[in-house]
Amino acid sequence: MTDAPLLKVNAVSKFYGQRIGCKEVSFDLWPGEVLAIVGESGSGKTTLLNCISTRLLPTTGSVEYTMRDGSVRDLYHMSEAERRFLMRTDWGFVHQNPADGLRMTVSAGANVGERLMAVGNRHYGNIRATASDWLTRVEISKDRIDDAPRAFSGGMRQRLQIARNLVTGPRLVFMDEPTGGLDVSVQARLLDLVRGLVNDLGLSAIIVTHDLAVARLLSHRMMVMKDGHVIEHGLTDRVLDDPREPYTQLLVSSILQV
Amino acid sequence: MATSLVVSEVFKSFTMHLRDGIKLPVVKDVNFSVASGECIVLGGPSGIGKSSILKMLYGNYAVDAGQILVSHHGRIVDIATADPRTVLDVRRHTLGYVSQFLRTVPRVSALDVVAEPLVARGVVAEEARQSASALLSQLNLPKELWGLPPATFSGGEQQRVNIARGFITDHSILLLDEPTASLDARNRRVVVEMIAEKKQKGVALLGIFHDEEVREAVAGRILDVMQFSPRKAAA
Amino acid sequence: MSPEVPSDQGLAAYNFAYLDEQTKRMIRRAILKAIAIPGYQVPFASREMPMPYGWGTGGVQVTASIIGPDDVLKVIDQGADDTTNAVSIRAFFQKVANVAVTTHTKEATIIQTRHRIPEQALSEGQVLVYQVPIPEPLRFLEPRETETRKMHALEEYGLMHVKLYEDIAHNGRISKTYAYPVKVAGRYVMDPSPTPKFDNPKMHMSDALQLFGAGREKRIYAIPPYTEVVSLDFEDHPFEIQRFDKPCALCGAENVYLDEVILDDKGGRMFVCSDTDHCEDRREHGHAGEMLARQEAAE
Ligand SMILES: Nc1ncnc2c1ncn2[C@@H]1O[C@H](COP(=O)(O)OP(=O)(O)O)[C@@H](O)[C@H]1O
Ligand SMILES: [Mg+2]
Ligand SMILES: [Zn+2]
Repeated sequence: MTDAPLLKVNAVSKFYGQRIGCKEVSFDLWPGEVLAIVGESGSGKTTLLNCISTRLLPTTGSVEYTMRDGSVRDLYHMSEAERRFLMRTDWGFVHQNPADGLRMTVSAGANVGERLMAVGNRHYGNIRATASDWLTRVEISKDRIDDAPRAFSGGMRQRLQIARNLVTGPRLVFMDEPTGGLDVSVQARLLDLVRGLVNDLGLSAIIVTHDLAVARLLSHRMMVMKDGHVIEHGLTDRVLDDPREPYTQLLVSSILQV
Repeated sequence: MATSLVVSEVFKSFTMHLRDGIKLPVVKDVNFSVASGECIVLGGPSGIGKSSILKMLYGNYAVDAGQILVSHHGRIVDIATADPRTVLDVRRHTLGYVSQFLRTVPRVSALDVVAEPLVARGVVAEEARQSASALLSQLNLPKELWGLPPATFSGGEQQRVNIARGFITDHSILLLDEPTASLDARNRRVVVEMIAEKKQKGVALLGIFHDEEVREAVAGRILDVMQFSPRKAAA
Repeated sequence: MSPEVPSDQGLAAYNFAYLDEQTKRMIRRAILKAIAIPGYQVPFASREMPMPYGWGTGGVQVTASIIGPDDVLKVIDQGADDTTNAVSIRAFFQKVANVAVTTHTKEATIIQTRHRIPEQALSEGQVLVYQVPIPEPLRFLEPRETETRKMHALEEYGLMHVKLYEDIAHNGRISKTYAYPVKVAGRYVMDPSPTPKFDNPKMHMSDALQLFGAGREKRIYAIPPYTEVVSLDFEDHPFEIQRFDKPCALCGAENVYLDEVILDDKGGRMFVCSDTDHCEDRREHGHAGEMLARQEAAE
């Protein structure tokens, strides 16, 4: 057990005018930990995820992040340049819709290689070899390296998006409904792949999902959100097997088996 | 012998919010301890709360009150109040659990399912697989099955994978919830041997066994869960 | 403005160089800012000019703002002084500024260009004004202007290499031959306008001031004299300029940019200097290429 959390979320609230996006959310995320944020649509999951990942500025609250050098930084007081650098090196963001996270008009290889080039890698051969390696890791055949993601199936696109994010060896990955738009059979494969990668790489992750089975399979801990509030928070199997709050019991009971 | 696990004044009830908030008491004032090298068997009729006790000890169920103290990395951790990260660390290093059913993960082979707890503790994959192979052989799981995901296995085969997975580590406390339920006589005897080995190594075991023969063979002491029943008290 | 201005100065006496003084001052401010931040695209309030966009209205406004009565102007289009575009811009400035014009690179103080840099090395005091259609090098992959500005501000140029990567992946080499992106003074990535990449090395440490004007897009940018200009590339696919197998058919020049000229409908063709002034100058100094030698022999 390392003795510093990777991320420290302190009373983050986001209001959209009068409406609550999320309210007073606090938690720590530790290295290697996977946290699932569950709740029905509109409960504030994505708002919270976007606030934590600095894609959205919260109304109040702070988020501290432990950098690779061990220093702790307040994310909302970083310069934009630093934050964007962090986002494309030490973080990943996997969108529900792969088109939001990919460059649809350039090849799979360039999609994976982009972050490498962004951090100054200038050797075409090495970039291509790394991209090819990552395609294999996400179970995309190497011979598709020069095809644009437009020619890929939904599941392949999502796997490509994951490779594109992981190529710089990030320590923290945000995922917003990563299996959302996929067929059930395709979902299982993707989940399995994500689970394997997260384990192998020792990643920390925050996964937003409305699917409790996804939370069960991938996460160590989960947070249940309702109307912008975190109403229950604990070890994933504890929350799912012994839900305390009325709403959590409703969520758990409304699916057959998770 | 050193005490590995102390359960003190534990209460548990379920509040069923979807059924008008009725409160379902399960156990009250649970007190017992398990020493290193000892195997205690929980007894009592079905529905009395045996599995619930194991799940509380594992952190899978919350407790209403009381303490569940385990000796973890040389310090005492109260599972009842520990944060999730600590509970996970206790599970990884100190507290093992063999449930009645294997929760299968798609596309992961039986061998890797068994090896995983070792890998999670930093053992190199090849070494972990070797230990897994040894256990699966011991439990007579046909070698053809090792490379396949257990999702399609029979109940007894899945159970053996589950047992191997639970026994592969050197956890100092093992919780066993009817691990022999769907096994034939031969494999039941293997499990009995494996439990004896664990005892010998100083592991504290707490289990639920319906099979009389197994219970006789492993139990150092039988703890009647009836004594913790709130219903009995009310009667 | 004095009434005694001789009438033969015509339009030049009304508003020198067509633009009113306020506008010129505004554009000069943009130019100064551009020079101060090499490669950075400075927005400016581009004016309507009496010629359509695509005819170099950006370059014309820049030239109009810096030209003075003593300047000598040269205008080239793809290296030639005699295309319609070059001729009409030259005529325009003769009319509105009454300046001397020339086709000789060495004589010019200001050279307005579309798609070429003269072969003759420029010297201190000369100004090269480029006509630019699309100033934003990042646009092809990132259409959002807000985002590309941010990328420039934060020096996030990975995308430029994505484009080059794609080129190599699909063609086996960087096949981009013109408007080849450069990094200026180690900071801003810049589109050198659609000049052939052959000319990119001429921008590096040039003795002359280089100004770029994009009329439709309302941007001005600059490379001050003696500024480092590096063409982007990969370590294992270094930047290379085009090479020509033969020298100019007319003047025999080597290491110059050549245009293909079709001679007849039987597939006859020759390669000649794209820089017509350079070619003529060489011929005047007695150089002769293969084609010229043959003609002379025939005479
Ligand atoms: N997750 C749960 N939610 C609600 N009630 C539960 C849950 N788990 C167990 N119970 C109830 O608690 C009581 C004890 O069950 P259990 O611990 O499974 O008993 P045993 O293992 O002794 O058969 C039963 O009434 C059971 O229905
Ligand atoms: Mg039971
Ligand atoms: Zn020539």
